[in-house]
Amino acid sequence: MTRHPVSRRDFLRRTAATAATLGFATPALAQPTAGRVVVVGGGFAGASCARALKRIDPRITVTLVEANATFTACPLSNAVIAGLRDLPAQQFDYKRFAAQRITVTLAPAVGVNADARTVILNDGVRLPYDRLVLAPGIEIRWDALPGYTEAAAERMPHAWRAGDQTMLLRKQLESMEDGGLVVMSAPANPFRCPPGPYERASLIAHFLKTRKPKSKLIVLDAKDAFSKQGLFLNAWKELYPDLIEWVPLSKGGSVTSVDPKTNTLTTEFGIHKAAVANVIAPQRAGRIAELAGVADKSGWCPIDPVTFESKLRPNIHVIGDAAIAGAMPKSAFAANSQAKVCAAALAKLLAGEKPDEPKLINTCYSLVAPDYGISVAGVYEPRGGLLADVKGAGGVSPANASPDVRTLEANFANGWFTAITGEVFG
Amino acid sequence: MKPSIFLAACVVLCLSTGAASAIDVAPAGAAACSGCHPVSRAIETPFTPLVGRNPTEIVTAIQEFRSGQRPGTVMDRIAKGFTDDEIKTIAAWYAAQKD
Ligand SMILES: Cc1cc2nc3c(=O)[nH]c(=O)nc-3n(C[C@H](O)[C@H](O)[C@H](O)COP(=O)(O)OP(=O)(O)OC[C@H]3O[C@@H](n4cnc5c(N)ncnc54)[C@H](O)[C@@H]3O)c2cc1C
Ligand code: HEC
Repeated sequence: MTRHPVSRRDFLRRTAATAATLGFATPALAQPTAGRVVVVGGGFAGASCARALKRIDPRITVTLVEANATFTACPLSNAVIAGLRDLPAQQFDYKRFAAQRITVTLAPAVGVNADARTVILNDGVRLPYDRLVLAPGIEIRWDALPGYTEAAAERMPHAWRAGDQTMLLRKQLESMEDGGLVVMSAPANPFRCPPGPYERASLIAHFLKTRKPKSKLIVLDAKDAFSKQGLFLNAWKELYPDLIEWVPLSKGGSVTSVDPKTNTLTTEFGIHKAAVANVIAPQRAGRIAELAGVADKSGWCPIDPVTFESKLRPNIHVIGDAAIAGAMPKSAFAANSQAKVCAAALAKLLAGEKPDEPKLINTCYSLVAPDYGISVAGVYEPRGGLLADVKGAGGVSPANASPDVRTLEANFANGWFTAITGEVFG
Repeated sequence: MKPSIFLAACVVLCLSTGAASAIDVAPAGAAACSGCHPVSRAIETPFTPLVGRNPTEIVTAIQEFRSGQRPGTVMDRIAKGFTDDEIKTIAAWYAAQKD
């Protein structure tokens, strides 16, 4: 160690550990409370934020509140549905967080007292904070689509929060007879992972093509346009001709009700009886956002684009899918990018300093087939009170890319998952 | 760690954390690169690590992605979102980071 220069961060980490074990009382370390931050939600946003905060300033007391001991990641879960990957490859835990002195509390947060600055857990425990980060992701709006209740989702899975729902859809596809009709519904904007329904349609089509070639897939869409549309539609023509039918809003794609007893989806134009139905229902920010008073009428949370502080309640920051992040889509990549910006802002705010103007990136890879990847990228900065696209940057993969490039991007899609989950949970 | 070094370094640490701008945060944009480029060499991905790299190499690469001189699947689209100054700052920060 004497031979290598020690970075300040390394040094802080080691010193803090040494000081704690030896009982040293140095001025900086005697007051470990550079501030107390509670993070609710240990997904891509919350877990990234907790870890980034400790890396930036180990003196900050960080508590991560998460409802589940095992986190099941959504990215690449469409490959699980198509039988190309297994669920354990999606699963992570919080065991590494203790080494960084992050307190992980495995309990659902059931309330926030913004005046007293406390988070209330389901067992009544109150956690005090100086700054609160809410990163609860999404919940399905059970009131938005007639017939689509929690019970209905056991028959017609959404599989939009990974785990049991993912496996339910996979099993239904596996046990479907060849020649069956699969019906998917995609919601209006905004929702988690804009290219997600179309990646799912692609990989289900791949499954059908290879395993149940007489079957068909209909995608009923509440929109007329979607993310990476040109690339998806071209790839479908090339790889899955006559297998996928996409029905946009203007052609009657908007689903108005569902019936789990008959496994049917109804649109203004007709009734679709499915062998397997996947209802990607409308969504909103996780419940705790509303309970904390940071969600607006849309169900999502308006934020300041520099600090991610709520525009509705001071000292509460919202990151990830729950936030209204302007031009940034609701993606794991964006959630992680926002988390690191929010952590830097929190460290500065707690030290009484002014947060820097940030710049963020998003990239969403989608698999159209196991060896065929496409991507959309963007760079963002605060402008006019929102996160806006940096002009001239970003965009989608070229329409005329070679098969080699598509294979390379499929590789990067998998590599990205390893890189990001390595940073967040590793 | 030898105690003498520990104490000497501690003085530096305590002084630096007491200074006006003690919070060492990544410059704008830098934290987002690790969405792909792994923070640690222990993470096996097809993306090259940026930590501890020669900053000129990074700056040159980004400039070439931006101009189209160097082909890329995605870096060309990302590079166009950063100015030369921003990239120089990011590259210098990564150069100073440890795995
Ligand atoms: C099929 C599919 C494919 C996708 N593919 C990609 C992709 O390829 N690339 C990409 O970037 N993104 C992808 N996404 C999107 C990505 O999964 C989300 O954008 C991301 O998970 C958002 O992160 P988050 O932290 O906001 O929410 P989450 O990751 O959902 O984390 C929220 C966490 O908060 C916890 N929580 C909620 N409420 C409470 C409470 N009250 N108390 C305690 N804990 C609570 C939850 O248990 C959960 O662990 C995909 C999504 C889907 C559905
Ligand atoms: C979406 C994933 C992604 C993000 C985010 C990303 N890169 Fe890259 N980077 C790549 C890929 C993939 C390559 C290989 C070239 C290509 O295919 O575009 C690459 C190549 C590079 C290279 C050249 C190879 C090397 O290591 O010398 C540099 C330098 C680089 N990136 C720097 C950055 C910097 C700096 C950032 C943040 C501003 C960044 N990248 C963000 C994916 C990414």
